[in-house]
Amino acid sequence: MANKLNLTLKVWRQDNAADGGRFETYPARGIDEDMSFLEMLDVVNEELIEDGKEPIAFDSDCREGICGTCSLVINGIPHGGRKGTTACQLHMRNFKDGQTISIEPWRARAFPVIRDLIVDRSAFDRIIQVGGFVSVRTGGTPDANSMPISKEVSDKAMDAAQCIGCGACVAACKNGSAMLFVAAKVSHLNLLPQGKPEKTRRAERMVWKMDEEGFGGCSVTGSCEAVCPKEISLDFIAKLNRDFALSVFK
Amino acid sequence: MKLITGIFQSTLGRKYIMAVSGAALVFFVVGHLMGNLQIFLGREVINAYGEFLHSVPELLWGARIGLLAMVGLHIWSAVSLSNDNKAARPIAYENWNPTAASYASRTMLMSGLIIATFIIYHLLHYTLQVPGINFTGQDFGTFEELRAGHDPRHDVYRMMVVGFSQPLVALFYICAIGLLCLHLSHGVSAAFQSLGLKSKTWAPILDKGAKVFAIVVFVGYASIPTAVLLGLGKEVMK
Amino acid sequence: MSLNSNIPSGPLAQKWDQHKFDLKLVNPANKRKFEVIVVGSGLAGASSAATLAELGYRVKCFCYQDSPRRAHSIAAQGGINAAKNYQNDGDSVYRLFYDTIKGGDFRSREANVYRLAQVSVNIIDQCVAQGVPFAREYGGLLDNRSFGGAQVSRTFYARGQTGQQLLLGAYSALSRQIGLGTVQMYPRTEMLDLVIVDGHAKGIITRDLTNGKIERHAADAVILATGGYGNVFFLSTNAVGCNVTASYRAHKRGAFFANPCYTQIHPTCIPVSGDHQSKLTLMSESLRNDGRVWVPKKKEDCRKRAADIAEADRDYYLERKYPSFGNLAPRDISSRAAKEVCDEGRGVGPSGLGVYLDFGDAIKRLGENKIRERYGNLFDMYECITGENAYRQPMRIFPAVHYTMGGLWVDYHLMSNLPGLFVLGEANFSDHGANRLGASALMQGLADGYFVIPYTIANYFATSKQKCPSTDHPSFKQAEENVTGIASRLLGIKGKRTVRSFHRELGKLVWEKCGMARSKESLEAALKRIPELREEFWQNVNVPGSGQSLNQSLEYAGRVADFMEFAELLCTDALNRDESCGGHFRVEHQTEDGEALRHDDKFAHVSAWEFKGVGNKPELHKEELVYENVHMSTRSYK
Repeated sequence: MANKLNLTLKVWRQDNAADGGRFETYPARGIDEDMSFLEMLDVVNEELIEDGKEPIAFDSDCREGICGTCSLVINGIPHGGRKGTTACQLHMRNFKDGQTISIEPWRARAFPVIRDLIVDRSAFDRIIQVGGFVSVRTGGTPDANSMPISKEVSDKAMDAAQCIGCGACVAACKNGSAMLFVAAKVSHLNLLPQGKPEKTRRAERMVWKMDEEGFGGCSVTGSCEAVCPKEISLDFIAKLNRDFALSVFK
Repeated sequence: MKLITGIFQSTLGRKYIMAVSGAALVFFVVGHLMGNLQIFLGREVINAYGEFLHSVPELLWGARIGLLAMVGLHIWSAVSLSNDNKAARPIAYENWNPTAASYASRTMLMSGLIIATFIIYHLLHYTLQVPGINFTGQDFGTFEELRAGHDPRHDVYRMMVVGFSQPLVALFYICAIGLLCLHLSHGVSAAFQSLGLKSKTWAPILDKGAKVFAIVVFVGYASIPTAVLLGLGKEVMK
Repeated sequence: MSLNSNIPSGPLAQKWDQHKFDLKLVNPANKRKFEVIVVGSGLAGASSAATLAELGYRVKCFCYQDSPRRAHSIAAQGGINAAKNYQNDGDSVYRLFYDTIKGGDFRSREANVYRLAQVSVNIIDQCVAQGVPFAREYGGLLDNRSFGGAQVSRTFYARGQTGQQLLLGAYSALSRQIGLGTVQMYPRTEMLDLVIVDGHAKGIITRDLTNGKIERHAADAVILATGGYGNVFFLSTNAVGCNVTASYRAHKRGAFFANPCYTQIHPTCIPVSGDHQSKLTLMSESLRNDGRVWVPKKKEDCRKRAADIAEADRDYYLERKYPSFGNLAPRDISSRAAKEVCDEGRGVGPSGLGVYLDFGDAIKRLGENKIRERYGNLFDMYECITGENAYRQPMRIFPAVHYTMGGLWVDYHLMSNLPGLFVLGEANFSDHGANRLGASALMQGLADGYFVIPYTIANYFATSKQKCPSTDHPSFKQAEENVTGIASRLLGIKGKRTVRSFHRELGKLVWEKCGMARSKESLEAALKRIPELREEFWQNVNVPGSGQSLNQSLEYAGRVADFMEFAELLCTDALNRDESCGGHFRVEHQTEDGEALRHDDKFAHVSAWEFKGVGNKPELHKEELVYENVHMSTRSYK
């Protein structure tokens, strides 16, 4: 039988964007160590509802680490600090009995809190909308094998394309910078021959949009890379710096 | 126009400025160290070097103005980015774990500003040679090396020895150099990153290289006041 | 009412091409006069919204997620099929067509499936052009792997996250259109009713999930691409937000629901660990390329460590029963085989509900690095969830609800029986029959969105005289009142039980009585219990908070309320279909070897159900399935 944990949660509660918000403390008793972190919150929420209180609002969807919806800062680390793991895949066996766990939302000007632990990440979508695509329309595309792409290039593009857009990079960065996200998105397409025709335009437009949305700049601290659930490399930020420079000096 | 806004307004462009001005300052730090270390070759050598530096005022002033401009750009980009960065996180975390972010990387602005303060003092101390702030009661401007058959020249050697013989000044100097070392241990490799000159293969080399470089700089600079406090140049301390 | 599938005449291979020519067009200047609502932003929704906007239509797209990029298509791991025959291993459009028909146990439409196989090749071209980083060989050309139910390698993949990469492709196309102003995107918005004006679907009522605002949206046509209903089982591999609400509320407005009993149970999921579990996690079927499935021959060995069980004492039951397909037998067959061995008491793991998927031989043959390269992320995921290292000991797997083949009834144009209502992707019933083959869901979603709907919707616009109504039309008012009525009723109950506890109980009931094996008795028991549970739900559910703010309990309650009604429809269909086929296994109908036994004489038809009021038996409409090109054989994977 799995071990049971008794924990204390210190959770950020905020009714809406205008509300100032505060921390509240809840016990989490008899938590099975096979539970995921979010399942633990489900259990706490069930108890809150039964006690006539409003449950803690938090975002989640696929609960298998790929949709990028969950967004909790657990003990000061986005997604809780287990390497390459989202909060939904963080299991309670990573915690100790009796531990106090703080849970906060992503904190960034560009990600305003909607309620409790839920933030608005639509700034990411708006960055994609200005250049995170290859301008092709449906139909009339050449045969998929007409353009060979070396495995190295394709693998590297895939490394960047793995980004799930969760925003942990922004949450972890002391500057609230979205550089890792933007770099991953730009690099995925800029590395591939399909993305080359729009390479500098893409970098230029997405960087400007990123700045406009109110994200901070990169101080190369590397926190983003450390918390990224898909372990996206800082390398791509260097590539973005190059691609943007090309657009500026062109 | 796109060039100007791209460089001076975007976050990435301001990082380019920071990296390029930082690189220029690093070259200066190395050159200055090379010059200063000549103190160990004796009074003759370092004084001749000082005389040489002052021999072409146009070049000297060109270099000084260039350096000041670099310092200005470096500080401007740092402060302006830092303001943006602070604004990007209006509410701080209650319980913050900086994970991979090194101490140096998180304190660049603070270490930079302290170093800037030190530089002002350092310029007043040895370049403008303001007597009141060297705490030795002597006027460095009057130090001259008298040589048979030549005009007298400024006695850099004696100025350094007397200057660093004041323990508090030497301590401040060493501390500032320590901060510079901290600043460089992050800054040098970050500059490569900001300019897009880093890759997975080079990253570990650059990161370690920056740290080694910073330590070398520290040892180099700190060796001078240390040597003075240990007795170097006692003969000129009259 | 007779169902007209609108299948064009002519030889199978020419039907689609000829039909595309016969369909009416809308001229480019007129396209911007038509407004289209797309609900859902997964592969089918995003691809259709983007493509229709590219053509010039004005599009509004809605999703409940915070970003269209997060729709659950993103979780598909393994790959996407296409009849490219890049491997020179005998693949063709006809073979993909045949495999899909056969895999679906001869319960899908020939014409639809053939069209799907035809456009599959265009999908790969389209995705590559968008920059989807499919796996490649050193020569720079695309790599393929094989998947269950096929003897050729036709599956294209992008590491273990093909779904995410394809969705990001469609999302990037959609984002481009949003940026250009041709698509208006409504994230965190849920469709809560369909509006019918003069018999045509002309709008929807939505709730803004961030502030509870109810809104009316009118259009010339409504496309539902809202996915499947797997979460009626509570535990499934679906995202926790996946729901049947959009489809079901359209059903309540008159759209027929077809074949709801066809549910797919995926054989390779991580076993349930406890009552707290909120969802199940799938391990890609591609693992079965290199993993061998086994259980101990003797019950007494089940408690032993896998390594302590001698080779001779292991029963590689899939290889034993299906020598030619072995571990790659189709999903329904593999799942049922796992259930059988567990029912015999030979299951492994703490719950006894699990079988081993063993990579020991593959690691010996190919080396750990090769296995890591192929499946590394899956092994990591397994370790993350179970705390076990699958390089050292076999994985434990168990079947879980994964996909639902049933859905709203549509004709060849993907239009439901309600004119103007189109249904794409998993939300419709059209292409997979009674069982879907691996790597075909992504194919269908994108085929519908990129390559089918642009042609068929134009035909509707060009032939229908119905104009886009004003949102002041009485139908909108009535639908809006319906929506606000449901919310205030739910909020007003203030009972004792949480929504989740009801959902869990319903799911458990449906899984036990209408899961991998169904019988007359079990289904009748379910049909007796479900209305009672629904009654209790409406008396005793506790939904805290208000309707005017972000309220996850309220969202969830509305979805579970629909599952409470839908479960009854599911069981009704399962009871009515008195045969076994594909994912629908009735214990009364099996061969001596325990295989599904179809009754083509009585059940070679689509069961489309018409809503007749809550608690009333829905009315059955049949669409006969005519096989002109393939012979309806007994599926054999031996």
